[in-house]
Amino acid sequence: MNVVVCVKQIPDPAAPGALKPDTNTLDRSGKLIMDDSDNYGVEMALQLASGEGDEVTLVSMAPGGETSGLRTGLAMGAAKAILVSDDALAGSDALGTAKVLAAAIGRANPDLVVMATESTDGYTGTLPVQVAELMGLPSVTFAKAISVDGGSVKVERQTEAGYDEVVCPMPAVVTVTAGVVEPRYPSFKGIMAAKSKPVDNLTIADLGIDASQVGAAGAGQLITDVSEAEARSGGEIVVDEGDGAQRVVAFLEQLKVV
Amino acid sequence: MPIDKVWVLAEVGDNGPTPVTLELLTEARAVASTVEAVAWGADVASLAGPLGEYGASTVHDIGDLGGALPGVPVAAAIAALAQGGNAPDAILMPATYDGRDVAGRLSAKLDRPVLTNVTGLVEVDGGLASQHPVFGGSHIVTARFTGAGPGIFVIRAKSFAAEPSGGAAAAVVPAAVPDVAATNTARIVERHVEERSGPKLDEAAVVVSGGRGLGDAANYALIEELAKLLHGAAGASRAIVDAGWVPYSHQVGQTGKTVKPTVYMACGISGATQHLVGMKGSKNIIAINKDQEAPIFSVADLGIVGDVHKVLPALIEALKAKS
Repeated sequence: MNVVVCVKQIPDPAAPGALKPDTNTLDRSGKLIMDDSDNYGVEMALQLASGEGDEVTLVSMAPGGETSGLRTGLAMGAAKAILVSDDALAGSDALGTAKVLAAAIGRANPDLVVMATESTDGYTGTLPVQVAELMGLPSVTFAKAISVDGGSVKVERQTEAGYDEVVCPMPAVVTVTAGVVEPRYPSFKGIMAAKSKPVDNLTIADLGIDASQVGAAGAGQLITDVSEAEARSGGEIVVDEGDGAQRVVAFLEQLKVV
Repeated sequence: MPIDKVWVLAEVGDNGPTPVTLELLTEARAVASTVEAVAWGADVASLAGPLGEYGASTVHDIGDLGGALPGVPVAAAIAALAQGGNAPDAILMPATYDGRDVAGRLSAKLDRPVLTNVTGLVEVDGGLASQHPVFGGSHIVTARFTGAGPGIFVIRAKSFAAEPSGGAAAAVVPAAVPDVAATNTARIVERHVEERSGPKLDEAAVVVSGGRGLGDAANYALIEELAKLLHGAAGASRAIVDAGWVPYSHQVGQTGKTVKPTVYMACGISGATQHLVGMKGSKNIIAINKDQEAPIFSVADLGIVGDVHKVLPALIEALKAKS
C-alpha cells in the first residue's frame, strides 16, 4: 500500500508571528519546521503502511527548496519525499496550494492520502477536501481512528455529538485530528538515514501547472486591512497566598454565579 | 446592502436549525437583500417555518443523502444551482465538520477560493469583506474575494447574535444532486453519541477548562467536579486533547469549539493562540496558572498566579460548603 502524507513546513509557532508589510501574508522567511499537527498524520501513515512492500511518501510545498521539516518526517520513517518549490508559488491561497499538492500527490499513485485537519499557521482547514475534489477522490475528515480493511478505509469521524463510523473505498483522502496516535520520536539512526533518503524536487512546470493558476497571481482573495483588535481591559492579577480560592469565590458571587 | 443575494448552508440538529445556522441567517439579512437557505435531510420541509422566521425566503432542499457524508453531494448540488444561472453573490457556511467539507468541495468545483475562520462581515469598496482574528485574536485581518463568482465564507459559531425577522415560512424548492458516483462513496455505517451530563460546552453559562498545567490526566476530574458544582460544562485546551487525556469533543479553541459563556475559567492553561481564539469572547474570564507571564492573564478579568493543584481543591471545598 502506498500512503502519502502531506506535510507543511511552517515558521516555528513558538516564535512570534509576523505579516509581511507589502502583502499582509504570513512571513515565512525564517527557519521552517514540520507542523506539529503533521506528526499525527505521519505516525498514522507509518502504522497503516507497516506491511511488506508498503511505503509512505511525504509531499510538501515550500519556498526555497526547504527540506528541514521533511527530514523530520523522513527520520520518523517515511521512505521518500516530493517537494514542490517554485518562486511563482509565493502568495498562493489554499485552492492554489491544493492544485499543486493534488498534482504532486498523483505522482506517488497513493492508495491513501493522509493529512492533518488543518495547519497550525494558516488553519484554513479546507485544503484536504479541495485536494480530494481536484483528484476526484472521496474524503473522510476529522478522523480520530483509522483502520484499513481490504480495499476500504474505516474511520471514526468526529461529530458534534460524538463520532460516526464511516467506511470509504480507497483510494481516499483522510484527515486526522491531533492526538489520534502517539507520534514517535525520530531515533538517531532514523535521523542519520533521513539525510540520504530521496527528495524529488519539482517545479510547477514539472507538474504542468501554469503560473497564472497559483501564487499571488492565481489567488482569488486579497487582504485589505490589518488592525489591532480591541484589547480586553486589564483584569486583576493576584498571586495566590493561600487565598486564591476565596478570591475566585468572591468573584463568582459578585457575578451572581454562586 | 453590499450585495444582492446570499445563500446560507443550513444545518439541522435535534431541535431544528442549529444555533449557528440562525446566526448566519441573521447576519445574511444585514448584508444582502435576498437570503436563501440550502439544506439537506429527510424532512427539509419542516424547516421552512424556522428558516423563514430568521429571514430565508427560499430553502433549496437537497433531500436525504442516504447515509453519505454531506461534503460531496451537498457541494455538487450547490455548484449545480450556482452554475444554473442563479448564483448568489456570497455563500455563508458554518465552521462545522460538515460545513468545512462542503466549503472545500464547492471551492474546487467552482474554482473559487474560500475565506475561513470568519468572525465578522463588513462592506469594503461596495463589496462584502470578511474579518478574521489572527495571532490569537490580537489582530483582525480584513479580506475580500477578487474576480467573478460567489464568495465562499466559512464562519465561526457565535460570531453574530441570532434574531428572528418574523418572516413567513420559506418556499421549499427541490435541488437535485448531480451524478457524483466517483467521489460520493464514503458511507456512515453507525453513529455514536458520547453521553455528557450537564449543559453542552458551547451553550453552558459557565465553562471550566483544564490544560497541561493539571500535570496528569487523572487531575481532569477536578475540572469536571468544579464544572458540575457551577452547573457548567468542562472544556479542555488542545494540549491535553493532543495528549489523549480527554476526547476532542471537549476542546475549546481554534480547532474545537468556540464558547462565549458568562464565566470562563481556565485552569492550568497558558493561553496559546489556538486556545484564545475559542474563548476570548467570554463575558468574564478567570485564569489560574502558576506562570505569571502566561498569555492567558492578558485576557483575564481575575487572574490567580498559583498552583492549580492547591487552588482547585480549595475552590471545590469552598463551593461545596456554600451549597
